[in-house]
Amino acid sequence: METTAVKSNFKSEEYFINMGPQHPATHGVLRLLLTIDGEIIKKVEPDLGYIHRSIEKMCERDSYQQIVHLTDRMDYLSSHINNEAVCLTVENALQLEIPDRVQVIRTILSELTRIASHCLWWGVMGMDVGALTTYFYGFRDREMINDIFEETCGARLTMNYNIPGGLMFDIHPNFVKRTKEFITHFKTKLPEYDTLLTGNIIFQKRTKGVGILSKEDAISFGASGPVGRASGYSCDVRKHHPYSAYDRVTFNEALKTEGDTFARYQVRIQEMWESMAIIEQLIDNIPEGEHKVATNAVIKLPKGEFYQKVETARGELGVYIISTGTKNPYRVKFRSPGFSNLSLLNHIAVGGKIGDLVASMATLDLVIPDIDR
Amino acid sequence: MNISLSITETIQDWLITMMPEGVASILAMTLVALIYLAIFAVAGLYLVLLERKVAAWFQLRIGPNRVGYWGLFQTMADALKLVSKELTGTVKADKFLYNLAPYFVIISSLMALAVFPFTQEFQAFDINIGIFFLIAISSIGVIGILLGGWSSNNKFALIGAMRSGVQTISYELSVGLSLLTMIVITGTLQLSEIVEVQKHGWLILQGHVPAIIAFMVYMIAGTAETNRAPFDMVEAESELGAGFHTEYSGMKFAYFFLAEFINMFIIAAIATTVFFGAWLSPFGITESLPWLGIFWFLGKTLLLVFLMMWFRWTFPRLRVDQLLTLEWKYLLPINLVNIVIMAIIVWLNLTIKF
Amino acid sequence: MTNEALQSLISSWIPDLEFSEEESQFLNITVTPEHLHQLMKDLKTNKETSFDYLFCLSGVDWQPELGVVYHLESTTHRHMLVVKVKTADRENPTIDSVCDIWKTAEFHEREVFDFFGITFNNHPNLKRLFLTEEWEGFPLRKDYEDEINMVIK
Repeated sequence: METTAVKSNFKSEEYFINMGPQHPATHGVLRLLLTIDGEIIKKVEPDLGYIHRSIEKMCERDSYQQIVHLTDRMDYLSSHINNEAVCLTVENALQLEIPDRVQVIRTILSELTRIASHCLWWGVMGMDVGALTTYFYGFRDREMINDIFEETCGARLTMNYNIPGGLMFDIHPNFVKRTKEFITHFKTKLPEYDTLLTGNIIFQKRTKGVGILSKEDAISFGASGPVGRASGYSCDVRKHHPYSAYDRVTFNEALKTEGDTFARYQVRIQEMWESMAIIEQLIDNIPEGEHKVATNAVIKLPKGEFYQKVETARGELGVYIISTGTKNPYRVKFRSPGFSNLSLLNHIAVGGKIGDLVASMATLDLVIPDIDR
Repeated sequence: MNISLSITETIQDWLITMMPEGVASILAMTLVALIYLAIFAVAGLYLVLLERKVAAWFQLRIGPNRVGYWGLFQTMADALKLVSKELTGTVKADKFLYNLAPYFVIISSLMALAVFPFTQEFQAFDINIGIFFLIAISSIGVIGILLGGWSSNNKFALIGAMRSGVQTISYELSVGLSLLTMIVITGTLQLSEIVEVQKHGWLILQGHVPAIIAFMVYMIAGTAETNRAPFDMVEAESELGAGFHTEYSGMKFAYFFLAEFINMFIIAAIATTVFFGAWLSPFGITESLPWLGIFWFLGKTLLLVFLMMWFRWTFPRLRVDQLLTLEWKYLLPINLVNIVIMAIIVWLNLTIKF
Repeated sequence: MTNEALQSLISSWIPDLEFSEEESQFLNITVTPEHLHQLMKDLKTNKETSFDYLFCLSGVDWQPELGVVYHLESTTHRHMLVVKVKTADRENPTIDSVCDIWKTAEFHEREVFDFFGITFNNHPNLKRLFLTEEWEGFPLRKDYEDEINMVIK
């Protein structure tokens, strides 16, 4: 970073500025209390809770089937993966054998969700550093995925397609064809992303060496997903604790060691390629079979504690259920990736400019309902 | 074709037949000002429409297409909406300066329009220090932005205004120096004479290498002068909300908005005049039809305006310190060296003349 | 490291730890609030355990005790462990903070403070995170009642 050290005898006054809850760069209702000296950030303090719905408390009164749809509303850009996390927890607790078909379809949809989420992120990332055109490119490709989702389960964003025991209904006959069409389309469009934004000298100047997070700090702050992987911290749940069909596909974990904003950017671009590779391996071999296994109408989990982690588009989502053997969970805790990633914002933003804060925040890819739950 | 387009004289001659000379000349000035105001208010609106269409083409969209054929009345409708909107303001704002700021910005940009030679005759105000006048006028606009940002009692606006001050003061140097490079060839500051010199080839050809460098520096600095992306630190939507005009609404906001587009037109028009021969047609193909000059002038200007729009819709924004680094560490030294090179070329008679 | 090896290693550090593998996929350790910080520090710094990744920190109202559950993972050895700490004091529950060991705990502990009212000693910035400062009560406790906002079945 080309910053000139201010001599200690130069007295300047710090001031507060309220970034949000209504601010274009906070992507929702996040409020940041910034302490600034001129343009230089001295302290960032997030103030949360503007859309806290207490999903964890709501879960305590709901049945296990009902919990699933609440998770749509956490990280709405990875709604399918959130649903999957709860379903997997319940299925593991009940020790259900899930058909291969369900596992493969879930994996394909998860990866499509990831690409859709990253497309949106890419558009918004460009917008945050001032390139408005990226937004529409990202949305063009995301739209195709949303169309696939709509045909599959009727919803474009909050899918609620998973149920404990499988899928709500079987995939649409067009699903395979359209997914393949999307992959062929996206393979020609993803290089366009690079030519439009990645290679741009201004963009590289804005992101390289900005918001550096070391590997030790990444682990200590509980960073996960692309944020952790950009710091060289191998934290892909799909690799280390495979679930669904991830143990039968080969893919590379996108890893970078720089830990700066540009590395986080590259990791996400790389992840889109990997997601496409995963889908390509599975799309032709969706096994025949049932799309769900029968469960009791009222699911009662055995007494005990169950934990399941999955890799959402933002990182590691943990579902922690304590059951007392009744039809409602005793306590549900969602370990959301955004919450931990937000906690390191102060660490990486201090010392940078306001523009750096916005750029680093864009690569943390915060979804506020995921943090506020 | 003997249509005289020297509008000030035509109007003045017509008025003198009816009233004493002093009254006539004041009335003539007012009339010309009103004509210009009307033309450029509408032209500004259509520049906004052009920007929106260009943005749409870049962004895989269609753009405005509902109001009128091809959306031609869209910006008119927007202007009407802005006129009818409530003028809000902050409680502790410095009311006088807060209300004054938009006029500073819009008046300074409209004033600059007076000196452009749209054709040989169509020029309201042909003074012998034309370029100097333009550079001077273009730096008044920033006072309006500073006032607006400071007086609206909003920290985001204040940061935006301070950035604007820093940015305009820095980039004015480059704008001035790159134009000065061309003045070395012409030897005059008067715009009509600068055009006259270009009858032997546009200045960008006459000055060849240093002229091209000067043009590039001018376009970069000019974009920064108008506070447009990639130099839109002043507004920096994702950082400062709306920057210096956060607290403005309705027509006052529209003045800032319109001024940005007129400024863009001015920057392109200066480049047209100084580098691309103003109303001169390429190879003199329409020399016999002088009124076609306006077509050539606008054509060249709009091409440069399109270039600036192209910048805006494809580039990310610079950070504020990078912005200053670019100016003080790169553009300014390049410019200074360029002037010396240009001087040597003119001294040794190495310019290309047809 | 297997759960058995972990158990035998950790039990040698601090007495009166309760180990359990029932009803959970991880090895559970229950520790008293006095020994929590020492245990956590050892778990992180010991070369053989090196639990450097605190991936989940949840407050739980066990009725009548209040407690915190720490899910730990080692990024080098890839083993996992659950540490539980309980306190019977519902009026003024106090537990040592672990944010000096894992930085992520700062936000998670503020969340627990917000919803369960558990105070963490030595926390640098312990105040409400989601709720407003003047909020009364701690919503995620089982005995919390709010007749206006809660739909009680």
